[in-house]
Amino acid sequence: MSEAEAVAGVLLVGATMYAVFGGADFGAGVWSLLAGRGDRGRRPRALIDWAIGPVWEANHVWLIFTLVVLWTGFPTAFESLFSTLFIPLSLAALGIVLRGSGFAFQHTARRARGRAFAVRFFGLASLLTPFFMGTVVGAIAGERVPVGNDAGDLVTSWVNPLSLVLGALFVATGAYLSAVFLVSEARRAATPDLERYFADRALGAALVAGALAVAGLVVLHEDGRFVFDGLKGDALPLVIASLVCGIAVLVLLRRGGRRGVRPLAVGAVVAVIWAWGIAQHPYLLPQVLTIDAAAAPGTTLTSVLIVFGVAVVVVLPALGLLFTLVQRNLVEETERPAQGSSF
Amino acid sequence: MLTLASNLGAARSQMAFTLGFHIILASLGVALPAMMLIANYRGLRRDDQDALRLARRWSKAVAVTFAVGAVTGTVLSFEFGLLWPGFTGRFGSVFGVLFAIEGIFFFLEAIFIAVYIFGWKYLSPWAHFWAGVPVVIAGLGGAFSVVAVNSWMNQPQGFSPASGTVTSVDPWKVIFNPAVPYEVPHMILAAYLVTGFLVASIYAVGMLRGRRDRLHRLGLLIPLTVACIATPIQFAVGDTAARAIAHDQPVKFAAMECVQQTSTDVTEYLGGRCTSSGVKGGIGIPGFDSFLVGWSTSTQVTGLDSVPPDDRPPANTMLHWAFDSMVGICSVLILLALWLGIGWWRKRDFPQSRWFLRATAVSGLAAVVALECGWIVTEVGRQPWVVYNMMRTSEAVTQAHGIWVTFGLIVGLYVALGATLIISLRAMSRRWRRDDQELDDVPYGPEAGPAPGPAGTPA
Repeated sequence: MSEAEAVAGVLLVGATMYAVFGGADFGAGVWSLLAGRGDRGRRPRALIDWAIGPVWEANHVWLIFTLVVLWTGFPTAFESLFSTLFIPLSLAALGIVLRGSGFAFQHTARRARGRAFAVRFFGLASLLTPFFMGTVVGAIAGERVPVGNDAGDLVTSWVNPLSLVLGALFVATGAYLSAVFLVSEARRAATPDLERYFADRALGAALVAGALAVAGLVVLHEDGRFVFDGLKGDALPLVIASLVCGIAVLVLLRRGGRRGVRPLAVGAVVAVIWAWGIAQHPYLLPQVLTIDAAAAPGTTLTSVLIVFGVAVVVVLPALGLLFTLVQRNLVEETERPAQGSSF
Repeated sequence: MLTLASNLGAARSQMAFTLGFHIILASLGVALPAMMLIANYRGLRRDDQDALRLARRWSKAVAVTFAVGAVTGTVLSFEFGLLWPGFTGRFGSVFGVLFAIEGIFFFLEAIFIAVYIFGWKYLSPWAHFWAGVPVVIAGLGGAFSVVAVNSWMNQPQGFSPASGTVTSVDPWKVIFNPAVPYEVPHMILAAYLVTGFLVASIYAVGMLRGRRDRLHRLGLLIPLTVACIATPIQFAVGDTAARAIAHDQPVKFAAMECVQQTSTDVTEYLGGRCTSSGVKGGIGIPGFDSFLVGWSTSTQVTGLDSVPPDDRPPANTMLHWAFDSMVGICSVLILLALWLGIGWWRKRDFPQSRWFLRATAVSGLAAVVALECGWIVTEVGRQPWVVYNMMRTSEAVTQAHGIWVTFGLIVGLYVALGATLIISLRAMSRRWRRDDQELDDVPYGPEAGPAPGPAGTPA
């Protein structure tokens, strides 16, 4: 494996972490939006706030990390993507601004009206970022991002069936992961009714995400042949692994089982992301720009790998500490959702 | 050509606006945790409940400002591509490593801020204090990394070839570029200075309104002391920086000081209007500019005429005023620091007069103005270059259309964001004042909340 490929791997690690943790955060926003007004939605939302509060920022650092590795390791790819995909990336950033500020202020807005407003903001914004990130991935897989400063089409590059299906798939996947996480969080909060509430939603979201994934494959067959062939070829074991994990989650949830649901759901998503990465190898932008052609000079790649190594040694234990403290209920600020038997 | 020019104008406006907004939050993010920990340390060491209460409240302010700062920071990382794809496309591999390093610091900051903010109830007091220490260190490290990138844009080195695609990079030369030794400390001190005066000014306003309890006195004294120690040091660092810029970026310096022709015995002007035939109005001190640059009136100062008009920074008068305002405000803040120092030396307390409180009350806003002026000097003074003498800002800008739309949108968004931030901080402080009467929010106290029941036990 060349140094450039290793940095591409680091990029994929960052993207995976953001897709799993950031995606789940956005998914929680979707559930917050769908929970309904007034008393009915209060308790699920309380659980969401309680669960996300301590980890929100750390989850979103993964995005910045991914962007930085992209422009440092593969500056031409970054230039091409961010100029041609100016519109969807601006809208994704808009989602982050709205979602982030909704999060920042929800604890301070104690008055009901302010809170309701924050919830709606928070919820709508949660649709923007995953959807438009999905269209970006669609534009890459559909080979619509040529090399250069605004060399591609500003609109059709991301307004096409493949991009739109992937956008919807990203929203559904975030909602799915988030519902699975919230089942465990509900258990931690000792609220069995919420456990059932989110288990039902996880099941529903899993079915929707599965259907969209199939639709995505159909469109990919037409529109992103290189990636499609890759998924059918080298990446096939990972595609199968994802499928197996996904079905196992469905079966477990259907039977009311809880153990192992979280890792399996994460596994299903991670396997798909890595399958995609392998499918488009050796390209960064399929059939347009290879990893090697886009790569920064050797010393820069080495520096990125060293920094990543330091991050693994320094950040991962700290991140582990944070998650452990959260799981042991040693850090919390917002009220735990009240106990209750019905909605 | 015209649409391109307006694209550049829109991109520069958006970048200036979003960075000018973020720099305030970033300063708070770097220095507010330090104030919080000083209060926390004092509270634990001297068993001082008021100091602990301050630390706890400031930690909530840290939570909100950090969350908003994380958002505005994310926007900036998008703007590197959305606005300046030519810049990142050519030089991303050069300066990017610094941002990767910053990523580690930002991660640590986010993690330990979460542990600290959410750990008041259940962590042991000293474990909780130590959870805050990495936040302060990571804040310094993050500031170093980000400002070092800006330093590199002012003093680019460590890559080759000088034109076209970069094929070789020397990361050490990039990280420790010649502008780092003065620009990085200047910005870190600015963060402490702005935060200190800003927090002190809030408590000064409270005291002027008659709230003269111990909590307010301590809330004024801790940040004001930090800021007053930082101010004279900042003046010296800033002076060194100006002299270094006269050497490293003579055209920027000429624009700051309105020096048209290269010559010796150059007059230092305070204020005035810059024209091609010299400064109109303002107060002139003959020979002083040369003296400031090289300790002698016979020092030669490079003028704007040393480069063709296309290579000179725009908005010369604004630059000059921004520089003078920054230096002027810093000088006045030194007087405030002296006032505090003399009062402390004579009576072991800060001066009690209403005039001292009034001065402190405006110091916060003044410090923010100085911060923005300094940023204008650095950024506008480097124009028309994005990377000094290497790449023009016009070569860096995106070819995509619609920047005026995103700029308009982001102005609206940020105005709402800023207003909400101020409203919620004020709402928090009103709530705290109510709590003061009830005294129910003693950190680490047994009444700080029920112990967590075992999971599964209904509350």
